[in-house]
Parts: sequence; structure tokens; C-alpha cells
Amino acid sequence: MTFLARIQITLKPSVLDPQGAAVTKALGALGFDEVSDIRVGRYLEARLTAQDEEAARQRVIQMCDALLANLIIERYEFSLVEEAS
Amino acid sequence: MRFAVVVFPGSNCDEDAAHAITRVLGAPVDLVWHQTASLHGYDVVIIPGGFAYGDYLRAGAIARFSPVMTAVAEHAAAGKPVLGICNGFQILTEAGLLPGTLLANDSLQFRCEIVTARVETTATAFTCAYQEGQVIRLPIAHGQGAYYADDVTLAELRRHDQIVFRYADENPNGSADNIAGIVNRQRNVLGMMPHPERAVHELLGSTDGAPLFTSLLRSWERQATHGA
Repeated sequence: MTFLARIQITLKPSVLDPQGAAVTKALGALGFDEVSDIRVGRYLEARLTAQDEEAARQRVIQMCDALLANLIIERYEFSLVEEAS
Repeated sequence: MRFAVVVFPGSNCDEDAAHAITRVLGAPVDLVWHQTASLHGYDVVIIPGGFAYGDYLRAGAIARFSPVMTAVAEHAAAGKPVLGICNGFQILTEAGLLPGTLLANDSLQFRCEIVTARVETTATAFTCAYQEGQVIRLPIAHGQGAYYADDVTLAELRRHDQIVFRYADENPNGSADNIAGIVNRQRNVLGMMPHPERAVHELLGSTDGAPLFTSLLRSWERQATHGA
């Protein structure tokens, strides 16, 4: 089976995000005063094959832990969608 | 005493590091391509600055999978010195050879200037030729140099005298506890954001990086005399 994993990686809340703060400020300058906190993260799409959804889930967790996220400062979440092969 | 300077695609301080070793110590040094699987015969390994693999994903994240990094880990496990400068520091944290990680500078600016740093400990093979508390001038050139570790790790670093350099005046990147460089618990792997290899000649604005290389030679000679 083929799956599409949509992976979002964000900084942990305890880690300061100067980039997000700069974007928040810029939005404020454009009049978007209602925005109080932007956090900038990373989005990845991974197409993978696996026997079933649970196997795919385990593999995505492994790749996030091993490479895609730095767990000292980041956390991740992802969704899996089965694709027609 | 023989040095290896590891070269990744995107390294750009490799020649500087080799030049500093030649100039300060006159010791033999090889530029070693990152596909090399063995660092046998080298006493000190340097991971130089630059942008290995274009800093894709995160600085150092891809470089740590190069074949040479297994050899670097073996070299470190054998107790021999490993020095990571700037991008080399980032690579060593990604490889798990040093705790913590490096975040984007709090100013979001790439900072390229000479800063002051204080030598916090001389009890390492990298700093034994300095005076404890000595304030030195070294160049920095980085956009992602804010050392970060959780509070437990920071407390461990302090308790075991692993903070080797702190920014003395202004902190140029927002690093935790003003940290500019740390060693591992075994004290043979040093990561630092400032560039000692760019401070070995008056023409470069400072010679304060030279004692770091002298330290390496001195501790190597001491080991050779007294046995490891």
C-alpha cells in the first residue's frame, strides 16, 4: 500500500522563535493586530509504501525521530492518507 | 602529531584550519574528504566551519550521516581530541557527540565580527595553554549560533566544568548562559562557535586563537611522554 504522510515540525513551546516574532511584528505593521503569536515550522510530505497504515505510522515515527525533527527543540505531528496505487 | 580536517560538500573553513595548524604548529595536516571511512593515524580531527550540505533540513543534520562521521565517533570514543568549529559544532551536536543544539541567532542576523570570549576552564586539551579567566578576541561568522540545551543539561555542563568559552561582553546570538563553546563529559570533544583558526595572525586582527592549537600539541606531547 502507498501512503502520503504530511508531517509538521514545530519548535517546542519552551523554545524562543525569533523568526516567528519577526513575522508577528510584520503582520502587526500591516494592520493584522489580532495576531499575537506566530510560530514558524517546517512541513514535509513523504510518500512511502507499507503493509498497512500501522506499519506506515511506525516508519514515519522512526524517520522523524532519526532525522526529520531535532527532538531537543522540536516536536512533530503527522497525518497519513492512503493513496490509490 | 598529525591533524585531519574533514571536508564536507559546503565546508569553507577547511583551508583556514589547515593553514592555522601549519602556521602555528608546523604539524602535518591532511584535508580528508567526508567519504573517508577511517581516520586511523590521526591524532586530532577538526570539523571545520561552512555550510555542509547547504544546511539542508537543519545545520549539520545531513552531514552526520557521512561515512567519516562513524570514524569521528570512533576517534572520540578512543579519547582523542575532536574540535568542531562553527558548522563543525552544529554537526557534532546533530551527531550526538555533544549535548544541546544551536538555534538561529536571536537577532535573526548573520553576525560576522570579532567578539570577546572568556576562557572558563583550562582543564582541556584545547585550552591548557590559556590562562583561566583570560578574555580573548576571536571572530564569529554565523546565523545559527545560539547554543540551546534544557535546564537539566545546562546544570550538568556547569557541574562538570564543561563550559569552555563564554561570550565576555555582548552575547552575539542569544546563547544560553552566554555559552560560546562546550566540551563533552570526557573532555576530548570541543564545539565552539568562534573561529580560532581565523585568529592566528596579526593581519587577521587577532592571534588569540593560536594558543588553542598550542594546547593540543602540549597535551599530546604530555601524553606521549607519560603514556595515555
